[in-house]
Amino acid sequence: MTRAIITVVGKDTVGIIAKVCTYLADNQINILDISQTIVQEYFNMMMIVDLTKSVKAFNQLSDELATLGEDTGVQVKCQLEDIFDKMHRI
Amino acid sequence: MINLQEVIETNKMIEQENLDVRTITMGINLLDCADKDLSVTCEKIYTKITTLARDLVKTGEEISKEFGIPIVNKRISITPISLVGSACCCTPGDYVQIAMTLDKAAKEVGVNFLGGYSAIVSKGMTKSDELLIRSIPMAMARTERICSSINVGSTKTGINMDAVRLMGDIIKQTAEETKDVDSLGCAKLVVLCNAPDDNPFMAGAFHGVSEADAIINVGVSGPGVVKYALEQIPDANFELLCETIKRTAFKITRVGQLVAQEASRRLGVPFGIIDLSLAPTPAIGDSVADILKCIGVEHPGAPGTTAALALLNDQVKKGGVMASSYVGGLSGAFIPVSEDQGMIDAVEAGALTIEKLEAMTCVCSVGLDMIAIPGDTPATTIAGIIADESAIGMVNQKTTAVRIIPVVGKTVGDTVEFGGLLGYAPIMPVNTFSSQRFVDRGGRIPAPIHSFKN
Repeated sequence: MTRAIITVVGKDTVGIIAKVCTYLADNQINILDISQTIVQEYFNMMMIVDLTKSVKAFNQLSDELATLGEDTGVQVKCQLEDIFDKMHRI
Repeated sequence: MINLQEVIETNKMIEQENLDVRTITMGINLLDCADKDLSVTCEKIYTKITTLARDLVKTGEEISKEFGIPIVNKRISITPISLVGSACCCTPGDYVQIAMTLDKAAKEVGVNFLGGYSAIVSKGMTKSDELLIRSIPMAMARTERICSSINVGSTKTGINMDAVRLMGDIIKQTAEETKDVDSLGCAKLVVLCNAPDDNPFMAGAFHGVSEADAIINVGVSGPGVVKYALEQIPDANFELLCETIKRTAFKITRVGQLVAQEASRRLGVPFGIIDLSLAPTPAIGDSVADILKCIGVEHPGAPGTTAALALLNDQVKKGGVMASSYVGGLSGAFIPVSEDQGMIDAVEAGALTIEKLEAMTCVCSVGLDMIAIPGDTPATTIAGIIADESAIGMVNQKTTAVRIIPVVGKTVGDTVEFGGLLGYAPIMPVNTFSSQRFVDRGGRIPAPIHSFKN
């Protein structure tokens, strides 16, 4: 299973999660976990997703998510989970 | 499962604290390219580099994108060229031909530096070594991306003072040959003692003869991350201070280990080592000097600086070693002047001198690095500086190096601009008393005794 972490950071607005989730559903990407918090008035959301059945390649997903974020005025990043696992787990 | 706080912490390191992987360096053995015909040698070198490193830059960019971590440089290190060219090079000009071939190969594969225009002359110089050394000024003037390094001593062999003396002249000539660009050639030329075979950092990178045919070495960085962590504990005692550096170094190095393993897997080239380094850049906040200030000295150079650097260096290694399966290269904190805004500030404030930098090199990685000095500094004085630095390395069983730039036409009070990662530097004053009689003696300084440690 290829897992990635999608982070959404920005000013809180209506429908951010809906837009990202719709995009993921359209591309056969399963969401395994969602959590969110507000840090210094900024909306921080993280999703752990499974890319195994994704209909698009990683690069395209990452670029399209970033564009979707820009259109909504938030920053959307998609990174493979390994970088977080390696840094925070022994 | 990873939680949100951990994700935020990692991304903050990358976005706000300049965490990056400084370099993926592919080491390439060129011994099998040697031929008695110069043009055949050049052709084989070009083919081997452009074949093995064809996908290096692309792979680095893919890894960077997928993990969301910047990988600043993609580079190549090669077998010391004095070994590869010994059968076919009869003049310094022949070596310059090889340098130009290497430059062309570096541009073809898209790496920003290629290191290994080198000779290992710690005990003696072969004819070939000497020809290569004498070709350096011309080679540095005619190429853009080639880095040169000469190893003039080691703990086991002592110091080759003939080579040290010669390098004083070569550095001056290189400055002269590249005077139109503020003697930039000297920024790509380093003189080492105890040079490691697997160093991924320029200008001292080469692919030693103890290495496999090709290898991936990775240099990590992240002084900004350590600085941020220390800013959160301004009044901590040494126990907590050291623990915090160690923990941060562990996290930084784990990212390097991940990138190295991925690069190795995707390129089909074995993973060599991680170089556990704190490598500064001229960017604000990406400074080793700033860490020293956080530890508690007003400017690097103030009394206490050497001790602060010693503990920093040691904790980086202690944290990093556990995070990586293989450690090598230079591993430690780098203290270049022109590449670190905090160091530049310290020089301009009058806090930091070459003599204090020399003391600092006793306890950290490498040595006198990226220091601009007056253009009229005699070659014998430069040789004297190299001899001092080599002696520190030889006696303390560590790598030391000298990368100084005698900037033609400039003197104390002037500033020199190298641009990019090489930064800018104020010209530092050099002790003006003569070293001539000492360096002109000729011969070698014998290897030190390894007992009676006092």
